[in-house]
Amino acid sequence: MLDLTPKEVSERKALRINPSKTCQPVGAMYAALGVHKCMPHSHGSQGCCSFHRMYLTRHFKEPAIASSSSFTEGASVFGGGSNLRTAAKNIFDIYDPDIIAVHTTCLSETIGDDLGSILQSITVPEGKYMVHTNTPSYVGSHVTGFSNMVTGFIKYLSVSTGVSNGKINIIPGFTNPGDMREIKRILKLLKTEFTMLPDTSGVLDAPMTGTYDMYPKGGTKIEDIIKLGDSDLTLALGDFASEQGASQLEKKCCVPYKTYMLPIGIQGTDDFVMELSKFSKNEVPYELEEERGQLVDIIVDSHPYLHGKKVAIYGDPDTVLGLTRFALELGMIPKYVITGTPGTAFETSAKELFDKFKVEGCTAKAAADLFELHQWLKNDKVDLLLGGTHGKYIARAEDIPFVRVGFPIIDRYVHSYMPMVGYKGAMRLLELMLNALMDRQDRDCADEDMEMVM
Amino acid sequence: MSTLDKVLDDYSAKVFKNRKAHLIEIKDDTQEITANARTIPGIMTNRGCCYAGCKGVVLGPLKDVAIITHGPIGCGFYSWGTRRHKGKGDENTQNFLEYCFSTDMQESDIVFGGEKKLRQAIKEVVEIFNPKSVMICSTCPVGLIGDDIHAVAAESEKLYGIKVLAFSCEGYKGVSQSAGHHIANNGLIKNVIGTGNYVPKKYAINILGEYNIGGDGWEISRVLKKIGYDIVSVMTGDGSFEELRNAHVADLNVVQCHRSINYIGEMLKTKYGTSWIKVNFIGVKSTIKSLRNMAKFFGDPELIQRTEEVIVEEIEDIKDDMDYYKEKLMGRTAALFVGGSRSHHYQKLLKDLGMSVVLAGYEFAHRDDYEGREVLPSIKIDADSKNIEELKVEKDEKKFKVYLSEEQYEELKKEIPLDYYEGMMREMDKGSIVVDDLNHYETEEFLKLLKPDIFFSGIKDKFVAQKGGILSRQLHSYDYSGPYAGFKGAVNFAKDIAMGIYTPAWNYTIAPWKTEPTLEGTVGGEA
Repeated sequence: MLDLTPKEVSERKALRINPSKTCQPVGAMYAALGVHKCMPHSHGSQGCCSFHRMYLTRHFKEPAIASSSSFTEGASVFGGGSNLRTAAKNIFDIYDPDIIAVHTTCLSETIGDDLGSILQSITVPEGKYMVHTNTPSYVGSHVTGFSNMVTGFIKYLSVSTGVSNGKINIIPGFTNPGDMREIKRILKLLKTEFTMLPDTSGVLDAPMTGTYDMYPKGGTKIEDIIKLGDSDLTLALGDFASEQGASQLEKKCCVPYKTYMLPIGIQGTDDFVMELSKFSKNEVPYELEEERGQLVDIIVDSHPYLHGKKVAIYGDPDTVLGLTRFALELGMIPKYVITGTPGTAFETSAKELFDKFKVEGCTAKAAADLFELHQWLKNDKVDLLLGGTHGKYIARAEDIPFVRVGFPIIDRYVHSYMPMVGYKGAMRLLELMLNALMDRQDRDCADEDMEMVM
Repeated sequence: MSTLDKVLDDYSAKVFKNRKAHLIEIKDDTQEITANARTIPGIMTNRGCCYAGCKGVVLGPLKDVAIITHGPIGCGFYSWGTRRHKGKGDENTQNFLEYCFSTDMQESDIVFGGEKKLRQAIKEVVEIFNPKSVMICSTCPVGLIGDDIHAVAAESEKLYGIKVLAFSCEGYKGVSQSAGHHIANNGLIKNVIGTGNYVPKKYAINILGEYNIGGDGWEISRVLKKIGYDIVSVMTGDGSFEELRNAHVADLNVVQCHRSINYIGEMLKTKYGTSWIKVNFIGVKSTIKSLRNMAKFFGDPELIQRTEEVIVEEIEDIKDDMDYYKEKLMGRTAALFVGGSRSHHYQKLLKDLGMSVVLAGYEFAHRDDYEGREVLPSIKIDADSKNIEELKVEKDEKKFKVYLSEEQYEELKKEIPLDYYEGMMREMDKGSIVVDDLNHYETEEFLKLLKPDIFFSGIKDKFVAQKGGILSRQLHSYDYSGPYAGFKGAVNFAKDIAMGIYTPAWNYTIAPWKTEPTLEGTVGGEA
C-alpha cells in the first residue's frame, strides 16, 4: 500500500500529491442543495457537474441533482451566455425548480463570462428566482465554494425591511445533514427562533418512500433567505465556510454577526449553547445539561485509553480545528493537523490551541496534502488517524487505527446521518475513537493479555 | 400514445425536435439514430468530459505511468481511485494507481501561465518516483490560457531521458468522454506502441478496450492463458507502459470496448497489419462464442481443441450456480444505460439468465456502436467534434506483418467479426427502446412507464431509481463487486442481482400505518 512513498521528505513547490481538498464548485453545489426546491447549476463544461454530483452521491448515498451549461469548444472561445440562457429555459420547463443557483468552473472563470449580466438577460418565470456566485476552481477549495454560494444567496435574496423578526441566523458550515439536524435540535431546546442557511437535512438524508421526489421536503425556504435581513444576529459556525456569508449579510442588511468554531467537543458546544442562551434569554434546559454531564462522565471514565495518545487530523479547516480542540480536551496530542485548503488563519488558530493546552511538538499546516502527512507519519507514527476516506490507504500502509470523520467519506454508510457536533456528536466521536483504539488493543495484545473487561 | 411519444410530449418544441432523433423504438434493422451530438444545456445529462475519457478511462489504468493532471485540483481529485480499474505492481513494475498527481493550478498560474509550474512538477515527480513514463493531461483552463504542454513534454523527455507524453484533453473538447478516448488513442499509437522489442510466443494477442474493472481483465486473462494464448498487452486494465510498447508484435487484437479503442484497433491494422475481432466476454454464451472465434482466427486444430476443453471445464464449474440464479431471475425485465459499450455487452448475460431488455442506451457512443460499423462512411463529423484529430498512420514497412493471407482473411470474414462490429441495436427485440444521451427527466419517465425490475446505470442514477422502489445496480463500478466478465464473472453478476431483487427491505418501503388504521374504535368504553 502506497509503496512508492519515500520516508525522506523532499520539498515540493509545484507537484500536489494526494490532495486533502477538492475544488470550489462541489461546495457550492452542496450549499445550493441546502435550499428548498433549488436546482444547482454548473456553468462550465459538463464533466465538472458529473464529477461533483458523483462525489456528493458517493458521500451521502443519495441522489444529488444539478444541471450544467454543457460548454462546447465554441462556447469556450466565444463565451457561454447562450448556453446559460438555453439551460435556464430548459431547467424551468422540464424540472420546474423554484430557484436556480448558478456556480462557475475554471472554464467560465478563465474566459471571463459575466454572470451578472447574463443573468439579467434571462427572463425568469414569475415567482421564480435565479442567483449566482463565482467559484473559480483555482482559488481556495470546496470550502471556499460553499462559502461563496452561501454569500451568493444572501447577495441576491436577503433584504432588510427595518423590522426585526427576533430571529437568529445560523450558517452551519460545511457539515453533514446529521450535524445540521443536531444544531437545530439544540436551537429548539433553547426555544430560539432561527433560520439556518443552508440546511441539507431532509435533502441529502431523505427517507425512502417508494416515490422519488426530485425536490425533497428539506432545505432552507426562499422566503426565509429573504427574511435573513430582518434577523437580530447571525452565528457563523466555522470561519472558513461561514464568515463570508455572515459578513455579507451585515454589509447588506446591517445584521451583526459573530463567528464561532464548529461546535465540536465540550468547549465548542458550550460556547454555542451559551451564545444561544444569551440571545434567547432562555435558560439552558436540563436535557442539554444532562447530555453535557453524560459526555464529561464518559470522558472521565474512558480517559486511560485516550490520554497522551498521538493523533493526526486532516480534512477541511473548520472541521479539523474543531476536532483538534476536542482531541486536546480529551488529553490527546494532535501531533499533525493539516488541511488542503489554503489560508494561514488555519495554522494560527491551531497553534493557539496547542499553546492553550500546553502541548509541544505539534505541527499544523494549511495547503498541505496527504502525501506529506504520510511521510511525516513514516518518520514519527501516531496512535490514531482522523479524517475522510482518502486516509484509509495511509492507515493501512502504516497500520494506524482510523476513524472516518468529515468530507468526503465515500466508503462507509450511515455516517452522514450522525452528528459530530453538539454534546451528542462528541459522544459519537468518542465512541468511534475508543472503538478504534480498543479494537486495536484486542487485536494486537498477546493471548494472555486479552482483557475481558476494559 | 406510444411510450416514446409520452416521454417526448412534455418537451418544448426545440428540445422535442432535438431529442426525438436520439430515441428509437426498435422496428427493424435499418433505423438510424442520432448520436455523438452536443448535449442540450440544462437537460441534466449523465455525460462527463473529454478529460474523463482520456485520463480517467484510457490512460488512468496504466499502472507504471505517473500521470500529472495539469489544472486546478478538482479533475485530478475526482478521478483518483474512483474508477475501479484494478492493477497490481511487482518488483519490476511501479504501481501509481493509489496516487493522484496534480499541478494544483492557482490564480497566478492562470494569469501568468502554468508552464513553469508544470515543468517543476515533472521535475519533482521524476526526482521522487523515477517513473518509466510521465503523462500530462490538460484540463479546461489549460487550452484557454495557451500553455504549450507538448513543448514542455518534449523538453522534459530530453532532460530526463524517459518518455514524457502530453494529452490535450481539455474538458470542453468534443461533446463527451468520447473525444478523450480518441485523443488518448492517438497519443499512445504515436508515441508508445511499436517501441518495444518483445518476441511473441504462439497465439500472441492484445486485449483492447478492457479496463479490468473489479478484476474483469484478470478473469478474462485467466481463461485465455489456460487455453494457451500469449497476452502481449492489455489496453489498459492492469496494463503497463512497458507492455504497451510491444503491442505491435501480436497476431490478433481482440476488442472488448469498441467505442474507446477502435481507433487503436484500426491504426494497428493499417500500420502493423494486425487484424482485430470484436469479442464480448460478458455473458457465458458470448464468452464461448468469442473464444471459438479467436480459435478460428488462428485455425490451429490444437488450439481449437484446447479451447473446447477449457469451455467444458469452465461450464462444469459454473453450471449449478447459473441454473440456480436463472430460476430466480427468469422473466425479469431490465433497462440499461451505461457509457459506450456495456449497454450492449450485458444484454447477452441477461439473456443467459432468462431476462429481457426493455430499454438500452449509451451516454456517448457513436452511430456505429448503435447501428454497426457499416454506417461509418455515412457519419458526418459535426462542428463540435471536428477539432479532434483524425490521425492518419502509414504502413510500417519494417514491422508490418499479416497472419492471414488475403484469401483466408476474406473467407474468415464471413464467419467471424473481423475488423467489424455489428452494433447494439441488432441485439434488441422489436418494441424495445433505444435512447442516446438519456437525461434525468427521461430516466424518471421511462422508469415509470416501463417499470423494469432492474435499472442498470451509474452512481448518479442509482439512488434516483431506488428511492422510487426500483433496484439499480451500477454497471460502471459494479457496486464495488466483480469481476462480472468471463465464466466466473457471470456467476458474480447473477448473484449480485438476485441479492438485490430479493433484499427483504423492499417490502418495508411503505409504513404499516399508511395502509392499516392504527386507531381502533371502542364501543361503550369496552376494549
